[in-house]
Amino acid sequence: MNIKVTERIDIVPRHSVLTLGLSLAAGLLAISSIFMIFGVNPLYAIAKIFSGSFGSLYGIKETITKAIPLILIGSGLTLAFRAKFWNIGAESQLLMGAIFGTWVGLNWGPHLPAPIIVPLMFLAGFVGGALWGLIPAILKVKFSINEVITTLMMNYICNEFMKFLIVGPWRGKTKHGFPYTDDLPASAVLSLIPGSRIHLVTLLIAVAVVVLLGIAVYRTQFGYEVRVIGENPDAAKYSGIDFFKTTLIIMIISGGCAGLAGVGEVAGIHHYLSYPESISSGYGFTAIIVAWLAKLNPANVILSGIFFAGILVGGDAIQISLGLPAATVQIFNGTLLVFLIMGDFFLKNRVTFQWRGKGA
Amino acid sequence: MEDIIISVLQRTLIAGTPLLLATIGEVICERSGILNLGVEGMMAIGAVTAFIVTLTTGNPWLGLVAAIIATALISGIHAFVSITLQASQVVSGLALTMLGLGISGLVGKPYIGKPLAEKMATWPIPILSDMPVVGVIFFDHSPYFYMAILLALIAWFVLQHTRLGISIRSAGENPRATETQGISVYKIRYWCVIVGGAFAGMAGAHLSTSYSKSWIEGMTAGRGWIVIALTIFALWNPMRAIIGAFLFGGIFVLQYLLQPLGISPNLLAILPYLSTLLVLFIGALHDSRKLNAPAMLAEPYRRGER
Repeated sequence: MNIKVTERIDIVPRHSVLTLGLSLAAGLLAISSIFMIFGVNPLYAIAKIFSGSFGSLYGIKETITKAIPLILIGSGLTLAFRAKFWNIGAESQLLMGAIFGTWVGLNWGPHLPAPIIVPLMFLAGFVGGALWGLIPAILKVKFSINEVITTLMMNYICNEFMKFLIVGPWRGKTKHGFPYTDDLPASAVLSLIPGSRIHLVTLLIAVAVVVLLGIAVYRTQFGYEVRVIGENPDAAKYSGIDFFKTTLIIMIISGGCAGLAGVGEVAGIHHYLSYPESISSGYGFTAIIVAWLAKLNPANVILSGIFFAGILVGGDAIQISLGLPAATVQIFNGTLLVFLIMGDFFLKNRVTFQWRGKGA
Repeated sequence: MEDIIISVLQRTLIAGTPLLLATIGEVICERSGILNLGVEGMMAIGAVTAFIVTLTTGNPWLGLVAAIIATALISGIHAFVSITLQASQVVSGLALTMLGLGISGLVGKPYIGKPLAEKMATWPIPILSDMPVVGVIFFDHSPYFYMAILLALIAWFVLQHTRLGISIRSAGENPRATETQGISVYKIRYWCVIVGGAFAGMAGAHLSTSYSKSWIEGMTAGRGWIVIALTIFALWNPMRAIIGAFLFGGIFVLQYLLQPLGISPNLLAILPYLSTLLVLFIGALHDSRKLNAPAMLAEPYRRGER
C-alpha cells in the first residue's frame, strides 16, 4: 500500500466542520477503548457523562455555571494562541484574579454598596490576572524565555502562595481554624439566577468579552497584528508591528479575562477563598482545549465552552456513580485534544491510499 | 552538624536522580528537533506502572522495565502526531501530559495508600562506600543513581562523539540536509522521542519505587515541567544536565531543611519553581546565540518539501 500526502490548496468551510465532527467522533471512540481497557463500560460511562450534563434541568444549569469561566478564559486564550503565545498559565491567572478580587471584597465590601463594590472587584481581578500574565510576556519578549515553562511555573508559585495566604495571614476569624478566608460581605456577593448557581453578571461579562474579542480579532488593526505575529513573525518585524507592545496587550487581555473568571468563581460560587483546587477545578487547562476546539475563533468559544463544561459536569457525575477518580476528565481532555490536532492534518492535506496492483 | 550535611548531600543526590534521568531523555528528544512537553504525564505513567508491577510481582526491576515499556509506547503518540502529522508539538505535548495524568489517576486509584513491602534496595559500592563522608554521600545509593550518572555520560558520548549522535543533532539542526545524506529524519526523530519517553518512565519508576514506596495521584508534582527548564539550563548537553539536576535536587531538599526555622512550608514549596524561573532568567542574560538550541526545535519537518 502506498500513502500519498498532498497539501490542499483551498480549505472549504464544509470540510472544516466535517473534520471537526469526525475528530470528535474518533476521539470519543478512543476514549471508549481506554475505558474498556480499564474495565469501565464505555457506553455507560459516556452516556452517563452526557446525561449528567445535558440530560436534566439541573445538569444544564450546572453546565452553564461551569461554562462561564471556560468561556472567559477560552476567549482570552484564542487571542494568545493566535499569536503563538502559549499561555498555559491561565489557571493561576484565574487564581490571582480571585485573590485580588477577594481582597477588595473583604476590605472595601463592608463600606460600599453592591453597584460599586462588584465592578471594583472585577476590575481588581482583571488587574491581578493581567499582572500575573504580564510577567511571562515580558520574560518572553525581552529575554526570549520560553513562555510555556514560565506560565507553568507561575501556576505552581501562585498555588503555593494562595495556600500560604489562606493558612496564614488571610485565615478567617470566623472559620474555626479552617484554612479559608472570612465570607465576603453581602454587597460583594454576586446574585444568582434563582434555583441555580449561575452568576448572571459574570455570564454577561463572558458574552461581552466574546463579542468584543470577536470584533477585535477580525475587524481591527490589533487583530490583524495578532494574526501576523502568529503566522509569520518575520513579516511582522518588517511590516513595523511592535512585537513587544502587541504581546503585552495580548497577555493583559488573556490574563485579565482569566482574572475576571476568578472573581466570578469566588464572588458567585464560593464566597470565600479556600484551596486553589476548590476555587478552580482546572478551568485554566480545560480552557486550552476550549480555545482549540473553537479553532481559535472567539465566536466559537461559547459553544465549545459549553461542550467542555458539559464534560466537566458529566465527569463529576461518573465520579460519583462509577467511583472514578477526578483525573478521568483529563483523559477526556487529552484524548480529544490529540484527535483535534490530528484532524487538522487531514484538513490541511489530502491523503490518498493507493493499493499496489491497482496502479497509480 | 557533620551528620546533617552528609544527610543533606545524600538526599540531594537522591532527589536529583529522577530529574537527571528525565532531562537526559528530553535532551535526546530535543536534539533531534522534537519538543516533548509531555514529560510530566509520562513520568506519572512511569510511576504508576512501576508501582503496580512492583507491588504485584515484588520485584522493583520488573517495575522499572514495565515503566520503560509503558512510557515508550505512550510517547509514540507524540511521535506520530508531531512527526508524521506535523502537528503543533506544543499542543501535542500538552495533550500527552493531560492524558498521562488522567490515565495514571484512573489506573492508580485502587493503589493509593498501599505501601510497597520493599523499595529498590541500595547498592553500596564495595570499598568505596566504606570511605568516610564521601562513601555515604556518593557510593551508598539505589541503582537508579548510578544508572542516571552512567546514562548521562553515555548519552553525552553518543551525542557528541558518534555517527549516530551527529545524525541526531543534524536532524535537529538541518533536517533537509540530513535527508540528502540518505538518513531518514523521521526515523531518527521517532526513535529519539521514544527513547526520551523511556527515560521519563525510568524517572517515574524512581519516584514510586525508590524515592518513596507508594503511589499518590499527582506525585510528580511538576517535576516534568522542571525537566523541560533543566533541558534549556543544560544547553542540551547531558553532562551539564548532571549539574542542573542535582542543583534542583538540592533545592527540593532545602525546603525540608528550612522548615524547622519557622518559614511557612507553602512559601518554601515555591522554591523549586522560583529557582526554575531564576535559572532561565540567568541563562537568558547570556548571548542567545551561545545558547546553542537545536535550530529546528519544534518546527515540523515535511519530507520532500522544497
